[in-house]
Amino acid sequence: MGSSMSSTIVAARPLPENRISPVFRFAMLLPGGLVTFFLILFALGLVVFLAFRGNDGSLLGVGLTAENFLTVATDPLYWTVTLRSLVIAGLVTLATVVTAYPVAYYLAFHAGRRRNLLLFLVTLPFWTSYLLRVFAWKIVLAYNGVLNSAFIETGLWSQPTLAFLNTPAAVVVTLAHAYAPFAILPIYVALDTIPKSLLEAASDLGARPFTSFRRVVLPNSMPGVLAAALVVFVPTVGDYVTPAMVGGPASTMIGTLIQSQFGKANDWPFGAALSVCVMLVILCVVLVARGADRRFGSRT
Amino acid sequence: MSARTDINAGGGWLGLYVLGYLVFLYLPVLLIPLFSFNNSIQAAFPLQGFTLDWYRTLYGNPALSGALANSLVIGVIAAFGATLCGITVSYMDLYGRSPLATIISAIARLPILIPGVIVGISLLILVNLVGLGPSRVSIVLGHILVALPTTVVVMRSRFAAIPKTIREAALDLGASDWTTFRRVMLPLSAPAVLSAFMLSFLISFDEFIVVFFLAGTEPTLPLYIWSQLRFPRSLPTVMALGTVILTVSFIIAGSAEILRHRGLGAARRNPA
Repeated sequence: MGSSMSSTIVAARPLPENRISPVFRFAMLLPGGLVTFFLILFALGLVVFLAFRGNDGSLLGVGLTAENFLTVATDPLYWTVTLRSLVIAGLVTLATVVTAYPVAYYLAFHAGRRRNLLLFLVTLPFWTSYLLRVFAWKIVLAYNGVLNSAFIETGLWSQPTLAFLNTPAAVVVTLAHAYAPFAILPIYVALDTIPKSLLEAASDLGARPFTSFRRVVLPNSMPGVLAAALVVFVPTVGDYVTPAMVGGPASTMIGTLIQSQFGKANDWPFGAALSVCVMLVILCVVLVARGADRRFGSRT
Repeated sequence: MSARTDINAGGGWLGLYVLGYLVFLYLPVLLIPLFSFNNSIQAAFPLQGFTLDWYRTLYGNPALSGALANSLVIGVIAAFGATLCGITVSYMDLYGRSPLATIISAIARLPILIPGVIVGISLLILVNLVGLGPSRVSIVLGHILVALPTTVVVMRSRFAAIPKTIREAALDLGASDWTTFRRVMLPLSAPAVLSAFMLSFLISFDEFIVVFFLAGTEPTLPLYIWSQLRFPRSLPTVMALGTVILTVSFIIAGSAEILRHRGLGAARRNPA
């Protein structure tokens, strides 16, 4: 009886949302619809299509073939480079997330009145030129660069060393620095939404600070940690600028190979196939992260 | 109460760590301005002496001013496009009540999960297919795409922060969808609109990874910098240019941040 009453009331006074005019809806959906369907979905569809074509120098290639994927699968070069990209991106992700976590923790629980200023300071580099942030590391690590000259100046080193630049380690450090701001925000948001009563309950029930961190704070912040890992991992795994600037030949990444297929090598279908492989790898990582989220994260 | 004290224990060490983290974040970037005033072609210690010569080389350089003009024009147009899309996509996602609007909003945030190199090549194939080729128009399209997730997130959180009752009141009083949107919702989110515009301008202005594939004969500022990095002689000039770009980026990002908070604060103060 009560439920039928309320449903008649709802029926008598339809919610305003139900009255949207078709013209308004069309006009409002048009710009976003064009961009998302044409520039994102259609363009990605083109990449997938091109990946199954042979290279004859024309724009969309020729025939229908899986040869590009066979080459990727059988040539050890691509396995090496893919593995290296995964290792570098994985290390960068680990480094950024582990170093960002305490900062996010401080912002969520200790920052007090300085919170907004600190949040602004850690996100500000996010809005500055990525190219300049990478370039900064080039001048730090170069043979006659900042680090070498500083060491010689302080007497710690007598000779400049080549050991910094053109190594995979340089790529990891530079990328970890370039993508550091990406990691803090998702973790902070996750930590900030943990109800303070949970922590008080843990403490009242006799949990020591470390126990309540391990059993309450950490599991509850896992969704943020995984989101942070994802937003760092995705751009780093496909990066080609940092390997080119500070990595040297020993740190060629999969993004470098894709870029060269659309440049010097001029084999677009093969570059498209490599791109499809990268997207598949990212899809796997996203699914693993989703699974991990379901397993560890959803305790609230 | 005891939980408070437990959590606060160790805050001092954490504070030091955060300070160190900020130094790590800013120190390498701040070396660029430092060496842009250094009277030496090498970016190395000890510093040689103060000079403004590298800034003087920025004047009267037609390639540089051409690239700057390109970046500004492309940035403004791309920011306009991305903000328009961000406003409409997030508004329809929240109030459109159509599955299509939800799908569009989800796809609009998808570029976060695609590496820039793939966004670049997919658009390169697309613009060649439709006959645009690498050009300024192509760069604008690419930058709308790169900035879209940001504008959608900024606008969506702003629209969501406006109390539902305001919009319902306008509709109940007989305002059409269009009037409600234009006279009520848009003015209430004006600071966020401006913030989204500035942030997407900044994204476009600093963007390199995608623009690398889409630029024809007209480079943008990051592409100009990239082309100069090959020549050790021009590194000090690049650092002077970088300093100018960093300063402008800091100012724009700071203003956008202030606007975003001002908008949200106003909404909280007048909830009805």
